[in-house]
Amino acid sequence: MRAPLAAVEWVGRQTAKFGNEVGYASALLFESLYWLLLGHWRNQPVRVSAVFKEAVEVGVRAIPIVCIACFATGTMLAMQGIHTLKQFGADSQVVVGIAYSVSREFAPLITGIFVAGRSGSAVAARIGTMTVSQEIDALRVIGVNPVRYLVAPLLVALMLTMPCLTVLANLVAMLGGALYCLAALGMPLEVFFDRSFAALTTSDVLGGIYKSIAFAMLIAIIGAVNGFQVKSGAEGVGRATTRSVVLCIVSIILADMLFTGFLSR
Amino acid sequence: MVSPEIPAIEIIKLVSHYGERKILHEIDMTVAQGEIMVIMGGSGSGKSTLLRHLLGLNRPTSGSVKLLGQDITRITAQEMFALRRQMGVSFQGGALFNSMSVAENVALPLREHTELDENTIQIMARMKLEVVNLNGFEDLMPSELSGGMLKRAALARAIALDPRLLFFDEPSAGLDPVASVELDELILNLQEAMGMSIVVVTHELESAFKIADRITVLDQGHILLTGTVEEVRGSDHPRIVSLLQRQPRREEIDGDAYLQRLTRELA
Repeated sequence: MRAPLAAVEWVGRQTAKFGNEVGYASALLFESLYWLLLGHWRNQPVRVSAVFKEAVEVGVRAIPIVCIACFATGTMLAMQGIHTLKQFGADSQVVVGIAYSVSREFAPLITGIFVAGRSGSAVAARIGTMTVSQEIDALRVIGVNPVRYLVAPLLVALMLTMPCLTVLANLVAMLGGALYCLAALGMPLEVFFDRSFAALTTSDVLGGIYKSIAFAMLIAIIGAVNGFQVKSGAEGVGRATTRSVVLCIVSIILADMLFTGFLSR
Repeated sequence: MVSPEIPAIEIIKLVSHYGERKILHEIDMTVAQGEIMVIMGGSGSGKSTLLRHLLGLNRPTSGSVKLLGQDITRITAQEMFALRRQMGVSFQGGALFNSMSVAENVALPLREHTELDENTIQIMARMKLEVVNLNGFEDLMPSELSGGMLKRAALARAIALDPRLLFFDEPSAGLDPVASVELDELILNLQEAMGMSIVVVTHELESAFKIADRITVLDQGHILLTGTVEEVRGSDHPRIVSLLQRQPRREEIDGDAYLQRLTRELA
């Protein structure tokens, strides 16, 4: 009798906890947007210098790793595509396949996952450490709202740099594909890019960019939620960091699925 | 300017809970302007919670906390922001922002609350660091400072805006005896020079007796006594005596309650 009841209780508790956390995350998102819009008139301005500092940290510094990952992804798509299409004798059609899958799916997704890995963890660790060392309390007693000071600049920085990174990722991934096609099929680079740009429409690329903006919001908010929830010591910070990265990546993949479902209807 | 008759701090029937547990039981406390009040008590006495309420970091279950005549449980965010300008806090571990240099830490309150130009802010930050004998250390990062220097840098940040109210959380915790005495001297000198009201939360008897005008002894969420150093020393309340003589707590053991604690939720 006890075991099933305990299971029901567990499910109930977990659901309530999940609901709580989603509520907290939305509150955090709305508060950040509130300070962005009205902070200037409420003694809590979101400073441009803070946004740029974050943008360098989360965006510019992510360029090398995103380039490497996307170049490899483009090359891999070309390999698989040529291998598959060869069976139908249509291997030169691989160009269109790469162009579509990169711009609609892989560029935003790979960018999202790598930025989540870098920044989702860093944000949770930074805010978590600040909570433990009472720096958050110190901000509040100075009269600085921690959400305005720590979360809002990060949110803007990610929402500005993620689309840029995604555009870059598009180009690098296609370059990877193009180079492999040059090596395997002897297809000149300009032919590859001409055909790609002929096939792609604005909405393909825009779809990927909208996704990346949503991913940016997920990373900023999930990282901050986990950081603020740290209660105790170094162990708590470590747990929050891990949890933040895992949740960021899972939610990015789920959001991507939903987005693709809606966009490709 | 606040008129001199209004107490710097007035706590009325403050009740606080942590989850189900009652931490503070109807606390009443008054701190006059220019007074150094030491809140003393062992761990778990509720003194840290009381400080968090004074700083407006926790919301009480009931009761009110008036700072310079304004009830911080009722005022608007705007009024609280203005009041923050009158308050300085030195946290236990310093709580300096690790990503900023010492001078940047001291400059942050100035940047947030004033429209001063960059050079003036730099000069004011250096002046505050001079006050706490940290001149020449402004470009160091907090991780490069010793424990005593951290506390002094935190103090410099706390007095950046020349506050009317200054709060200290365990100023001597983690310091060697000499550094601890030096910090006590610094607190006394500051009070004399600037005339602010100071609240110090500590469990260190020596430092408490040295700096206090009055002492409030807190035990398990109740105020045992508020009085001058002599009154506290002369008190015959058993808990205060054991606190002063560092004796372990001896509680009467209730046999039935003991058995019930051991066997609860069994069967």
